[in-house]
Amino acid sequence: MIVELGHFCVILSLAVALVQSTLPLYGAQTRNPGLMALAAPAAIAQLLLVALSFGALTYAFVVSDFSLKLVVENSHTLKPMLYKISGVWGNHEGSLLLWVLILALFGASAALFGGNLPPQLKARVLAVQGMIGVAFLLFMLLTSNPFLRLEVPPLNGNDLNPLLQDPGLAFHPPFLYLGYVGLSMSFSFAVAALIEGRVDAAWGRWVRPWTLVSWVFLTIGIALGSWWAYYELGWGGFWFWDPVENASFMPWLIAAALLHSAIVVEKRESLKAWTILLAILAFGFSLVGTFIVRSGVITSVHAFANDPERGMFILLILGVFMGGALTLFAARAGAMEAKGVFSMVSRESALVANNLLLAVAAFVIFVGTIWPLVAELLLNRKLSVGEPFFNAAFSPFMTALAVLLPIGSILPWKRAQLGRTLRLVVPALILSAALGALVFAMQTGRTALGPVGVALGVWVVIGALFDLSQRTGRGGIADRLGRLARLPRADWGKATAHTGLGITIFAVCAMMSWKVEDIRVLQIGESYPLGAYDVTLQAVDRVQGPNYLSTMATMQVMRDGAEVAMLYPEKRFYPVAQMPTTEAAIDYGLWRDIYLVIGDPQDNGGWAVRSYVEPFANWLWAGAIIMALGGVLSLTDRRYRVAAGARRVPQGVPAE
Amino acid sequence: MKRALILSLLFSVAAPIAAPMVAPVWAVQPGEMLSDPALEARARALSKELRCPVCQNENIDDSDAPIARDLRVLLRERLTAGDSDAEAVAYIVDRYGEFVLLNPPAEGSTLFLWLAGPAMLLAGGAVAFASLRARSRAPEAAVGLTAAEQARVAELTKNDA
Repeated sequence: MIVELGHFCVILSLAVALVQSTLPLYGAQTRNPGLMALAAPAAIAQLLLVALSFGALTYAFVVSDFSLKLVVENSHTLKPMLYKISGVWGNHEGSLLLWVLILALFGASAALFGGNLPPQLKARVLAVQGMIGVAFLLFMLLTSNPFLRLEVPPLNGNDLNPLLQDPGLAFHPPFLYLGYVGLSMSFSFAVAALIEGRVDAAWGRWVRPWTLVSWVFLTIGIALGSWWAYYELGWGGFWFWDPVENASFMPWLIAAALLHSAIVVEKRESLKAWTILLAILAFGFSLVGTFIVRSGVITSVHAFANDPERGMFILLILGVFMGGALTLFAARAGAMEAKGVFSMVSRESALVANNLLLAVAAFVIFVGTIWPLVAELLLNRKLSVGEPFFNAAFSPFMTALAVLLPIGSILPWKRAQLGRTLRLVVPALILSAALGALVFAMQTGRTALGPVGVALGVWVVIGALFDLSQRTGRGGIADRLGRLARLPRADWGKATAHTGLGITIFAVCAMMSWKVEDIRVLQIGESYPLGAYDVTLQAVDRVQGPNYLSTMATMQVMRDGAEVAMLYPEKRFYPVAQMPTTEAAIDYGLWRDIYLVIGDPQDNGGWAVRSYVEPFANWLWAGAIIMALGGVLSLTDRRYRVAAGARRVPQGVPAE
Repeated sequence: MKRALILSLLFSVAAPIAAPMVAPVWAVQPGEMLSDPALEARARALSKELRCPVCQNENIDDSDAPIARDLRVLLRERLTAGDSDAEAVAYIVDRYGEFVLLNPPAEGSTLFLWLAGPAMLLAGGAVAFASLRARSRAPEAAVGLTAAEQARVAELTKNDA
């Protein structure tokens, strides 16, 4: 009964979405206030309906209703409650419902908090958001209905993949989706502005918070996924340039570019057409990501070789939305004449360079990801594009970005003198180069990547701090501290996010160049040196876990005769799912992680053991979290809270 | 193979597992490794650039698949026999096709792949430069009207009056 209600709510929400996507749009065109006013209640109704159906599906998982096909395939009565709930989105159909729920959530928030939007713009934004809802609801109902029943319900389910039974992973998809789907809001604003034919500072100010929110969620989602891959997969790696990872990274890069160009629209009323294009592309890339992940076209060897119908449907959605939006863009972009005038050397130009580098970086990943498909279809060549290519082709653009960032971020708006700004950053330049050289001198016979990472990281972080100190102006230390405390949150957000980026760059380089790896066969009681540590395999035991069997090693890590940690790496076997997992044991530390994995028993006695010292591993995720924190700080800036986007402000925020 | 499978689950949360799971024998086994550390280091570096033919975007160094193991052993045999890095890789590519190269060589149509980024940077840079220069010169250009425009303004204002 409840399941049928949920199913019915999905169908009803499709009807509501149809209304939301048509009548308000017509109303905005004919200046009919009644029709325009339909949009907000429709968006809220859509959220309520989708939330009800999501609740119904969750209920089915919680009570283990095995008459539902989806519950049978992804749940089990003995599964802990947390994973029964996370099982709702641990599969294609359920995750699609979550996707639609988040889409409706964004639509409804725009309806609720968009009170100061001009009614026409609001109606159009919500109508476009409604269209996306229609597309995805149709997709769900026609190809991936989560509410399908079974004629003969089995006694128990097939269980959720044990690898997905992890608290970190329970929250990873919702964060990633909040990011992906949040970009639909920027898209809707862009299309609405194109229909309206005007973009001004106020538009920039409305669209930026939505982009910022999505970017923050994407950052957290990607970091969570990367962290999980690090501790769960047993290779000690954090990023594999897998197509599914690239699918989440491309929208992140474009959203980062959009964040920066929207600042120029907001403060200087320039780069309007480009910003609109980025907003369209950002959502386009999140649709491309959906296509890559769910169609199975690119990574079809196994795991989700779904029926091609789904892939075709997503391709259709992608074609309609991108085709429509880009056609509209081609027709209307000319009307977005820029107001702000600026010289070649200015903050505006620096932000253009930022946008160019981020967009090219995303483009490189895109080409690399789809190239095998293109080569096979058009050239009949079967080839692969993997990690070595991406490392070589992507890194130069990120390096250039990091080099330019501290200079660009302190260039004055409108018209700057490069020489003056460069003189300001000379101390930072010397310091970071000296630190890089010092590290290069200390390490012998290793790759230059480490020292370069140190220099770049220090350069970006010092640049961010210097940016803050510049903003306090001149005068006594007390004056400047006072001004520092009163700086707008957006300035703090900027410095924080850039600091996070610097830390992340450093950590990536450090982990890639200074990792210590050891693979060997070890007898019980035997010791071996691992970097500066000595590791002893003390025992290997069979242990019975709550729903798994474990082979657990006891390993002692010593340094200079003192115990650093006792670690218990495991190999687990889940009988219900008939699946083994590897549980690496990690001693987390500020400067390094010690990462131990136990392997198979060997024929001639002893155990295979793989161990790593991962330098600065925690810095990587800390950097990502700091970046996200910067986004949050910027989001709480006063100008978004107070009278956000009054059209009366002619030039937006005065340029600094 | 396992890693790619898990990653797909991780980032997509797409579908229940369709493929049979391979037991986690891991990647490089201690028994496969060469006793000469220099040779082993070369083998490790090369295996990171070779794709396991049956896996989803995974190199033979990380892969659990039996064929990846065969390739690792084959690669080490070639290196022990005195092949250079290029010869050893060419030996494997001859037998398994260019599909096994994770780093496609920059030649022929693959050149496009390598040049796409730099080309776009140049093109985008040129467009940005041109429009920025036009932008920075805009005020000077807008200062005066041409004689023809003056005449047109005069004509229009006359009609209004």
